[in-house]
Amino acid sequence: MGQPAASPAIAALRERIARLEGGPARDRATLPFGVPTMDKALPGGGLALGALHEVAGGRNGAIDGAAAALFAAGIAARTKGKVLWCVTRQDLFAPALAQAGLLPGRVVYVEAGDEASVLACFEEGLRHGGLGAVVAELARLSMTASRRLQLAAETSGAVGIAIRRWRRQTEATDFGQPTAAVTRWRVSALPSRPLPVPGVGRARWQLELIRVRAGESADFEVEACDDKGRLALFSGLADRPPKARHGPVRAIG
Amino acid sequence: MGQSAPSAETPIVMLGRQGNRRLVLAADAGARAAGLRIGMPASKAQVLVPNLQSFDLDAAGDADALDRMALWSLRYAPIVAADPPDGLIIDTTGADHLHGGEETMLDGLVSRMAASGITARAAVADTWGAAHACARFLSRPTFVSPVGQVTAIVRELPIAALRLPNDIVEGLLTLGFERVGEVEAAPRASLTLRFGPELGRRLDQAMGRRSEPFEPVRSAELIEVRRAFGEPIGAAETIARYAGKLVEALCEALEAKGLGARRLDLLFHRVDNRIEAIRAGTAVPVRDIKRLTRLLTDRIETVDPGFGIELMTLTATLAEPFGARQIISSLVEEPEPDITDLIDTLANRIGEQRLYRFAPVESDVPERSVRRVAPTAPDDGTSWPGEWPRPPRLLTHPEPIETMALLPDHPPVWFSWRGTRRRVARADGPERVYGEWWQRDAELIAVRDYFQVEDESGDRFWIYRAGDGEDPETGSHKWFLHGVFA
Repeated sequence: MGQPAASPAIAALRERIARLEGGPARDRATLPFGVPTMDKALPGGGLALGALHEVAGGRNGAIDGAAAALFAAGIAARTKGKVLWCVTRQDLFAPALAQAGLLPGRVVYVEAGDEASVLACFEEGLRHGGLGAVVAELARLSMTASRRLQLAAETSGAVGIAIRRWRRQTEATDFGQPTAAVTRWRVSALPSRPLPVPGVGRARWQLELIRVRAGESADFEVEACDDKGRLALFSGLADRPPKARHGPVRAIG
Repeated sequence: MGQSAPSAETPIVMLGRQGNRRLVLAADAGARAAGLRIGMPASKAQVLVPNLQSFDLDAAGDADALDRMALWSLRYAPIVAADPPDGLIIDTTGADHLHGGEETMLDGLVSRMAASGITARAAVADTWGAAHACARFLSRPTFVSPVGQVTAIVRELPIAALRLPNDIVEGLLTLGFERVGEVEAAPRASLTLRFGPELGRRLDQAMGRRSEPFEPVRSAELIEVRRAFGEPIGAAETIARYAGKLVEALCEALEAKGLGARRLDLLFHRVDNRIEAIRAGTAVPVRDIKRLTRLLTDRIETVDPGFGIELMTLTATLAEPFGARQIISSLVEEPEPDITDLIDTLANRIGEQRLYRFAPVESDVPERSVRRVAPTAPDDGTSWPGEWPRPPRLLTHPEPIETMALLPDHPPVWFSWRGTRRRVARADGPERVYGEWWQRDAELIAVRDYFQVEDESGDRFWIYRAGDGEDPETGSHKWFLHGVFA
């Protein structure tokens, strides 16, 4: 448990509850984001491995799911092993995922054709055990389906990420329905920080942690995934240079 | 025939002896256009067409070739048989999804045959009789009939489509029947009295009112195990249990030969003479009992046991040598988990070509920079150059947008896409992509200028202008939206 226990009695009670909730009462492995404020808000100090997580985009992102896909790619990039990515219809552009650290050799895509098959492939992937992460793009996710997925993820230890995408903005209210997912995120684009020269800076996201089991929801404003899939907090510096590309440069003067 | 082969324009017929007459038994398109018909006396044909090339029909050789072709078409479905003199019959039930659906499968079949010099016609229908008729008597070379509507199509076909002996067809034509529908509407009793029971039987078979079992071809050298049941079985659990036992026996046989299965066919012979089948493929040779059983039992629910199954046969229709592989034995390096079993399970469920990885192609044109490779293809570790921004979602077809932009190289001030007008707050570009002249002549001077634009709320888009903004020959100077950034 991530939070410091108030007293040994409460810690013991928590352990009992965890045992009742199913599975062995062991400490779940987590995948830290590397951003202290985010990791602090998540029980265990990071995104739980062997669990189902839901991600959706805000505003337009509810339909195109672009930011959600990159957020998921960043998480998947930091896991070990291959990644299975299930979609109904393919519109991902793999070079962008590679820029978020998810190299093409690691991702196997499944173009399942319909939602039912996506769910079946998602579950099959989560159950397998040899994968680092399984990502699926879904419009509907019922309580029953999500519970199956959560149980499948618990058996294997892979991260399951359901990217929720809808055909219309109005259908996005479905995101409020309860599911068995451990965390629920909404990723919306923020205007990037103005640069001193014309151009577009590193993308920035508003990450809303809408729901987290055994934790409290929170909002973060972060800079989008870099080429290793890592997020970063806003630096206070307006003109910080991007990471050095060709090694350190030194000026003599 | 090599050098001695006649040119394509020369009419060709095959002659053969029937009783004590020499008849035309087969004619090519040229000969038929010249007015020759099958069943015509050989001497008459030679008089009608002076430059006619004729050969003696080698019936046994043809039948052998047809059998070989049937064995070849086992790649499409587990239940295949030769349909002499000139056809193949393939039961595609439960196999078409592995080849991308019925239409894709037929197109692939016909074009593969065309590549080896065989002009083939193919049809998918609910019954053997109907498929036979549609393949031969419809104008389209490939035809997939909608489920349950094939009877309406067959009714419109000429009666020759019914697989009847020539004398019955001619008798019916004499009586004035032309189409199948007309024969079907006529009273059955008097027709049976005149032509015998064959007419009614063929009609019922085409319409699916009478079953028509056939014996699938099997190559002798395939590894096959079978199990007969004294009492027919029907419950899914029983079938699954015996499937497991058959897999065990098959794996023993494979082990003796040092092979691994790439494709398995499990055939269920039902008491009513129908054959149901399950086909499972694997990406690499496999001899793992548990894994193969799983692949087969995954699809047990697609099998209709009817009144019971009396015989089950399991065949490794494709087996490959089981190669040795080095196991990582160093202290620190962890072996990569094997996911080929997952790939097999998914591929058997949704089709092999819907499972893939993306691999980079050296091209600056975004839609050409990725290609799909098999999930088990070796990973060469290459990736795309990471210098330029690329959107995670790429539209299949770039969508035209309305913009206001300064030419030649300024990003738009605003643009409107799908009915929403957005003011561009920040923009980056242009990234110029030149056409690939080695692909098409039209791309010799074509240019696209890509911009990454951000609107006031922070949404980012990837838009381009066709053309360089100065020379109208490089493009239409229209703007398109090609992708959505995060």
